[in-house]
Amino acid sequence: MTAAAPPRTTTVTLAVTGKELVAEGVATLTLARPDGGRLPDWTPGSHIDLVLPNGLTRQYSLCGDRWDAHSYRVGVLLETGGRGGSSHVHEQLQPGHLVGVGGPRNNFPMVPAERYVFVAGGIGITPLLPMVQQADLLGADWQLLYLGRSRRSMAFLDELAPYGDRVVVHAKDELGPLDLAGFLGTPAEGTRVYCCGPTRLLTALETACADLPPYTLRTERFVAEEQGAPARTAPFEVELARTGATVTVTPDVSVLEAVGSAGVEVLSSCRQGICGTCETGVLAGRPDHRDSLLDDAERAAGDCMYICVSRALTDRLVLDL
Amino acid sequence: MTVTPEAPAIEAPTSDVDPFSHEVLEDPMPMHEELREAGPVVYLRRYDIYAVARYQEVHAALTDWQEFPSADGVGLSNFRYEKPWRPPSLLLEADPPRHDAPRRVLSKILGPRALRKLREDWFADAEVLVDEVLSNGPEFDAVESLSSVFPLRVFPDAVGLLPDGRENLLPYGDHAFNAFGPANDLVAKGEPRVAELAGWVGSRCAREALTDDGFGAAIWAASDRGEITPQQAPLVVRSLLTAGVDTTVHGISAVLYGLATHPEEWQRLRANPALARVAFDEAVRWESPVQTFFRTANRDVQLGGTTVPDGKKVLMFLAAANRDPRRWEDPDRFDLTRDPSGHVGFGMGIHQCVGQHVARLEAEAVLHALARRVESFEVAGATRRHHNNTLRAFDSLPLRMHLA
Ligand code: FES
Repeated sequence: MTAAAPPRTTTVTLAVTGKELVAEGVATLTLARPDGGRLPDWTPGSHIDLVLPNGLTRQYSLCGDRWDAHSYRVGVLLETGGRGGSSHVHEQLQPGHLVGVGGPRNNFPMVPAERYVFVAGGIGITPLLPMVQQADLLGADWQLLYLGRSRRSMAFLDELAPYGDRVVVHAKDELGPLDLAGFLGTPAEGTRVYCCGPTRLLTALETACADLPPYTLRTERFVAEEQGAPARTAPFEVELARTGATVTVTPDVSVLEAVGSAGVEVLSSCRQGICGTCETGVLAGRPDHRDSLLDDAERAAGDCMYICVSRALTDRLVLDL
Repeated sequence: MTVTPEAPAIEAPTSDVDPFSHEVLEDPMPMHEELREAGPVVYLRRYDIYAVARYQEVHAALTDWQEFPSADGVGLSNFRYEKPWRPPSLLLEADPPRHDAPRRVLSKILGPRALRKLREDWFADAEVLVDEVLSNGPEFDAVESLSSVFPLRVFPDAVGLLPDGRENLLPYGDHAFNAFGPANDLVAKGEPRVAELAGWVGSRCAREALTDDGFGAAIWAASDRGEITPQQAPLVVRSLLTAGVDTTVHGISAVLYGLATHPEEWQRLRANPALARVAFDEAVRWESPVQTFFRTANRDVQLGGTTVPDGKKVLMFLAAANRDPRRWEDPDRFDLTRDPSGHVGFGMGIHQCVGQHVARLEAEAVLHALARRVESFEVAGATRRHHNNTLRAFDSLPLRMHLA
């Protein structure tokens, strides 16, 4: 009987349930499962991969409420010089559309501390917004410096307003450039500085923090990830090295299921790329990682994958099965 | 008009069973079936708690940390009103956001990639142990000779414990798991030694008490990088020592029992030792070494068509869910052709057993070593159960081996 079986999350396809222009050039998307079910849990600093209908994959930080298990929110800046990811989101994607989603994954986790200084540049506010909420919830001593060109282009000012003077908004067109080192001063011992924004800001902050104890500064860079190939929406082949069988993975099934229907059961548990049970060695081909487990270096190594959610960038994968 | 205030009606069917009585602990299956059939949610009068025994509701309650948090304790004792017997676990008895960092650190240290470097050694250790055991004759008690021996050989070393005092680990774990139940005779039995055992375990969690190459050192190294605080580090080490021994011991006993009583499944495994992982997970489904855990409703929560009132405990029968015929075909059958994936024997959601890959690796090592030497085996005498408020365990599991 399968009626009460848990959802077999095959391809994680979410529906756009809301889209809003929240500042000049910044749109938020709300995403939910088409069946309204629970989404994988996340932590502040996490991002998801959006696999856009045009084949491009883009990372966006989650900036919603993790206590809401049924929707994700991301903020997307329209990058005029970009390669088409953000313009697709801004111009094409509408409520009701479906998008592939990978992750969530966290390369920018929040560590426990008594005191935090958050520095956001422009759209870099997105990962910091849930961190601010969390620091507040934990009763930590915190401050947010939010830098932007002008207030018009700065998202979420309304959501930050209730925090009063813990939030310092610095719009360049009103106040001119900011003396970052002066603002930072000498943070109290045990302070963690979290920064997300353009490279210029991160470099300035790295300089300002150079003399602080190691691991004080934690940053996330917004760099367009070089994907060698766009995410595949077409079927791909998986060769099982030990049995010699080859199976075709169509977009509507996971590799786990495809392999299973070829008679090779791989143990799984969460089927969301979070527990690690289905880890499978990759002998050839490049996986399209959509799990929440591997860090960037491990992803780049490409020697293993979580076949409950991850797929292929290449036409063919050879798995150690 | 007079309004008489009334206690809110209990919406769920009620039951008088005592899940922690010796009769039930000896053989919990009939009660599991009774509770599953009574309804999706059942009110247990004796303890003023709600119980779920069907797969769907157990799965739902396990994954819904927002509405069923853990920080009020995952045992019967409600930390909202009662003081816990030890400082709460940062993993098991904590919710986001406090749960995040300790969990993240530990899941990296115990993740499948990190364990690869232990694999060869543990397989070799298991070979040595199985040879030792078999050299003493074809009949032995599997609990005494294998399932409680192998984890205690490899796991404390992997954590980085020094050799002395390891005999304290099992009694400490046994008490910790009993303490999730009511204050019955099983808890009373452990009480005289609690202070001593907890003191010993606590003393083993300090940086100086650990070797510099184990899981424990890795936890301390994470605190050096600021990923957890130095105050959290010893409590995270403690979680390893509390949850990492008894459960694995009972899991290995369970898989040996399953295979001893299902000879055709042993033949299947011998023919294809890669099935060892499936065999272990099937045993965790079938026997559920961790039988139950509690959550607490943090407001009036809807579950299985019932409102669980704010502050009430929900007892989740992982074991009953793992044999729910609504989810599993022929659930009482120990069957290696089945895909046991999705069982809740390790829990599910953000609190899912962080040591599951360690347990699988230990069991795999033992099964591989046996498969190499043993043609077939069977239960060679009367088995004896060990009663624990949370765990399903054997005290004695006599086996007879036929060598290949
Ligand atoms: S089943 Fe959990 S990561 Fe794939």
